[in-house]
Amino acid sequence: MFKEMHDLFQWAWLIPILPFLSFLLIAFVTKRSKGLSSTVSILAILTALGIAISIGIGVIQSGAEIVENPAIVNVNWLNIMGLKINFGTVIDPLSAMMLFVVTLVASMVQIYSLGYMHGDKGWSRYYAYQSLFASAMLGMVLATNLLQLFIFWELVGLCSYLLIGFWFFKVSAREAAKKAFITTRVGDFGLLLGILFLYHRFGTLDFVALSAALSTNLQNVAVAGTVGYVTVMAFLVFMGPLGKSGQFPLHVWLPDAMEGPTPVSALIHAATMVVAGVYLVARMYFLFDASPAVLQFIAGVGAFTAIFAASIAIAQDDIKRILAYSTLSQLGYMMFALGVGSYSGSMFHLMTHAFFKALMFLGAGSVIHAMHEKQNIWDMGGLWKKMPITGWTFFIGVLAISGVPPFAGFWSKDEILANALLNGHPVIYAVGLFTAFLTAFYMSRLFFVAFMGPEKPENHPHESPWAMTIPLIILAFFSVVGGLVALPEHNFAFFVHYGEFEAEAMHWGLAGISVIAGLLGIGLAYTIYVKKTIAAENIVARFPSVYKVLQNKYYVDEFYLWIIHNIMDGVAKILYWFDIFVIDGIINGIAFITRGSAKTLRRTSTGQLQTYAMVFFFAVVVLYLVFAFGEGQLQALNPLATLGGVK
Amino acid sequence: MSTLPTTGSLLLPAILLSPLLAMLIIVFIPKEEKKLIKIVAAVGTFVAMVFSLYVFFAYNRSLGGMQFTLTIPWVPDIGVNMAFGVDGLSLPMLLLTNLIGFCSIYASWNMENRAKEFFVLLLILITGVMGTFIARDLFIFFLFYEIVVIPIYIMVIIWGSTKRVSKEYAGMKLTIYLLIGSAFLLVALIALYLAAARNGNPTFMFDQLAARQELFSPAFQKVAFGLMLFGFGSLISMFPFHSWSPDGYAGAPTAVSMIHAGVLKKIGGYGLIRLGVYVLPIGASFWAPVIAVLAVCNVLYAAFIALAQKDLKYVIGYSSVSHMGYVLIAIAAMNPTAMNGVVAMMFAHGVMSALFFSMIGFIYEKTHTRNIPDLGGLAHQMPRLAIGFMIAGLASLGLPGTVNFIAEFTIFMGTIKVLPVQAILGIAGIIFTAVYTLRVIANVLFGPRRPEWDHLKDIRGPELIPLVVCGFVIFVVGMFPNILMGLIDTGVVSSGLAKVLETVSQAKMGGLF
Amino acid sequence: MNLSNLSNLSVGLSTYLLVGAMLFCLGLYGVFAKKNIVAILMSIELMLNAVNINFVAFNRFIWNQKIDIHYVLTGHVAALFVIVVAAAEVAVGLALVIAIYRNRQSTNVDEFNWLKW
Repeated sequence: MFKEMHDLFQWAWLIPILPFLSFLLIAFVTKRSKGLSSTVSILAILTALGIAISIGIGVIQSGAEIVENPAIVNVNWLNIMGLKINFGTVIDPLSAMMLFVVTLVASMVQIYSLGYMHGDKGWSRYYAYQSLFASAMLGMVLATNLLQLFIFWELVGLCSYLLIGFWFFKVSAREAAKKAFITTRVGDFGLLLGILFLYHRFGTLDFVALSAALSTNLQNVAVAGTVGYVTVMAFLVFMGPLGKSGQFPLHVWLPDAMEGPTPVSALIHAATMVVAGVYLVARMYFLFDASPAVLQFIAGVGAFTAIFAASIAIAQDDIKRILAYSTLSQLGYMMFALGVGSYSGSMFHLMTHAFFKALMFLGAGSVIHAMHEKQNIWDMGGLWKKMPITGWTFFIGVLAISGVPPFAGFWSKDEILANALLNGHPVIYAVGLFTAFLTAFYMSRLFFVAFMGPEKPENHPHESPWAMTIPLIILAFFSVVGGLVALPEHNFAFFVHYGEFEAEAMHWGLAGISVIAGLLGIGLAYTIYVKKTIAAENIVARFPSVYKVLQNKYYVDEFYLWIIHNIMDGVAKILYWFDIFVIDGIINGIAFITRGSAKTLRRTSTGQLQTYAMVFFFAVVVLYLVFAFGEGQLQALNPLATLGGVK
Repeated sequence: MSTLPTTGSLLLPAILLSPLLAMLIIVFIPKEEKKLIKIVAAVGTFVAMVFSLYVFFAYNRSLGGMQFTLTIPWVPDIGVNMAFGVDGLSLPMLLLTNLIGFCSIYASWNMENRAKEFFVLLLILITGVMGTFIARDLFIFFLFYEIVVIPIYIMVIIWGSTKRVSKEYAGMKLTIYLLIGSAFLLVALIALYLAAARNGNPTFMFDQLAARQELFSPAFQKVAFGLMLFGFGSLISMFPFHSWSPDGYAGAPTAVSMIHAGVLKKIGGYGLIRLGVYVLPIGASFWAPVIAVLAVCNVLYAAFIALAQKDLKYVIGYSSVSHMGYVLIAIAAMNPTAMNGVVAMMFAHGVMSALFFSMIGFIYEKTHTRNIPDLGGLAHQMPRLAIGFMIAGLASLGLPGTVNFIAEFTIFMGTIKVLPVQAILGIAGIIFTAVYTLRVIANVLFGPRRPEWDHLKDIRGPELIPLVVCGFVIFVVGMFPNILMGLIDTGVVSSGLAKVLETVSQAKMGGLF
Repeated sequence: MNLSNLSNLSVGLSTYLLVGAMLFCLGLYGVFAKKNIVAILMSIELMLNAVNINFVAFNRFIWNQKIDIHYVLTGHVAALFVIVVAAAEVAVGLALVIAIYRNRQSTNVDEFNWLKW
């Protein structure tokens, strides 16, 4: 049984290759034909989805076997003295889950884009980028070693850059793309350093081998400083996820990334690429697990990001920005889940979040499409009636993210919060709970303002075409039932876990508390924005400075811009000045001195033959005297003698 | 001169002669026949490129060492041999020269002003650079190196462009730097030759010089390597001898910038390995800490200055200084992994900067400006050029999937073992590289459409050649690095370099030096 | 006449060399100091003649009858050569002087500085 499955798993490399071939095909062959480009791209990703589903089924059927023995295939990629790197595919429950999520969301988004990007001039380019992204993301998921992961990690970053800047004629999109790349690059700097140190220390980057080497190293207490070294490396590696998954303080790029087309935001900046950081931490969990300090740090950063982003989301008016900050907040959730040791919970939340956040982004896209590119929620209203499918599916998304049972978010969020409390992190539990409340509040606020409320007469919204609504329905379906995988005996945590598997019962009491927090949030939003018993304006008027700080995202962007424009560019200008006036000054100075002395010395060249002859004569006399009487001293003047060894 | 040895391979002389032959043919073509002149030049370099590709793939990697050798005694009295051959270190550079030479012809396809003289000089330049890489004899190496300097000077003065500095200044600066460098080099070479000739058997051959370690005292090695470092260091634009590079590239015509930044500069790095580390390992390890510090200066200092530039060519000029810092830091690391990285980086940077300069050349040719604030939104009018520019930019910031990532990663891997602090500082350079590269890309290519550039035509036909060739190499080698790295590795291992480095590092641990 | 007796006379080699040297220095001074190009040419002739004296004197005094039986005329021949070359030189030199004089209306060497920067 397992053997046959292994044969299936060996074909996993097809999953990233297919979209890549589609990218090449679009870029070099079909780019002039819009219809062909999208067909090629969608066919490729649907085939990949098919393979991913069959691999997923294979993993489930293999049961405990695959958990113990992941199916790994490696081929040599780079082999030089002191550096051997393989490329390969690993199939274990974690990667199988990711494969399914990525291919599902990617194919939904690509189908959705048929409607959303309709009539765009860059249609073929769009699908080429989409295919490239899918390829890179899937390659990353399947990576068997850290360098392979890093390579695809950077490539998804490239695709993100290209897709954020897809409408490159918009200055805002151009700047956002640049910002995204550079911010994540800062994190990647640390990740790269971590990779280098790991290889230097352990001589391998392969996850399995690295894990084994690390545990032997840790057991051998005689290897002094291992724990400290591991802490440093784990911290460096964590800098990558910090940037990629938008954790504070490198979160600034993600909200700006909403300048890209909305389906891109749904796919890359909500469901897949941004969770790459979480995925990396999960893959490298053996490293982080060895360093409690870094785990603590991850938990802290994650929890802080969760509440920090949620608080900003409350005061935003742009529908995509609210969703973006919500994404940041949920990423913080996944991070602190890993930090408090809820490995399964984090991965579970990653999956459910991918479903409902992609759903909501696509729903938002549907709204924006209908509103003719208006994104401010206060310009909307009463969309519920005009756009029933979008409205209903969005509502499901709101319920799911607010943690209302039995929707997907409830199960994963509950597992994380319960683990946080049970593993002894009450502060983080409290933060998580409060974030859950905030999340429910701002998502309902968005929903009530945009979909309920009075209709605006200047708008003429209409339901989106089928290409856009069908993906919404499919994702809504998964947002409803996605959480139920927590229920059976061989549940999600049975497959995806770290260390020894312990079956956990549902903590209904704790679950009840989080449900209440969620419902409170929804209720509060309902009172303020539908019933209007408490006027939102009054609250703003009561705390004007708080509102201002929140709306301006705590001025973090301003702070960074100040650093970049004043310190970095300042140093650049100073060094440029130094280069031109000091270094070049010295060079030109030497040239100037040479020319000056030449000007003086040329006076001696009078052009008078008689003077020359006189100099010549006396020089001969002097030389004669030197050779006649000063032979011994001449040796010391031999310049080559200083070179040593030369006679 | 004795008769040709029957065992020698004539392939390398054929590669060397085909541009030269094209040059001779061009001399006899009337200067009005510009089209014909360009075609002949293109054919000459194309033949050389195809031959060097053949050599690249026909090289026996399991055997290693110098292959396709040809040795003709030239001046037997002083031991000069016309000796050619390639190994894993020089073969990538030979291929690089020919790739870029071929592309540079097409980058100058629209050259109308004194086209005949231009292509004659360009072909001499290509031949000269190629000669340095296939020479196995110090004398021949130096001879070809000096051949290179003359055409560059003339080309900058006649076909250059005056921006911040006049082209005369730029050409003069470039030439004087190269000549001062080569003067120091010459002293070192003669000293080396004299020291090696003390066993009564004078030779200029690299491998024989390297084999006479016992004749080079540590003191001698330190002095000789110091001179060499100055010579090759100015050539590879080592801080603080880098200031010719931005000015020179800005003043030079496109093809010269391509060849200069792409390959000529690499003679410095190549020489430091082949002549410095290989022949004078003790001297190299003595100077290594100095090189490492200067290399970090190169990386960070030039990257910062690139941030402050307004002229496209200056950005790339400083970026090339910055990238050469990686080459230097890897040389300073003195271990086989880093040496692999050195050659790979030189190759990668060569392809990348050739592509970059050719794209900038087209932009300048079409818009008549290189001032970044005047440009913008060019992706609207020239999408293909934008793609080329993007590829070069992404390669420049070391994106995985491009050959530059392989090179940088190998260098970092080799360096971090021995020079952790310098390596970390150098790696920090990738952030600033990203900043200035992306700024340039954003400000030149993206943004709103500018009506004043609506008349521009996208690159097409022959103009596409640099993009296709360089882009292909960047990605294919980036995705399948063993094509290149396997070869370089044989060079490092079989040339005895790895052994030399091992000896040095062991001796260092033993506290000998 | 017995040539060996001659060497016992008080007029020895050094006397000739002294005359030659004085003559040479006079010529040298003339070459360095004179402004008139014809005078310089004459000074050169003086120097050449100083050399001629040395040639003949050396030839005479270095000859040793006991070793070399035949009296060799190398020095005399050299002196004759010098005289011939000097004559040719004066011919060319004066021709140049005339050409320059026609061009510049001067024989003052200080004015012949066309090669100066």
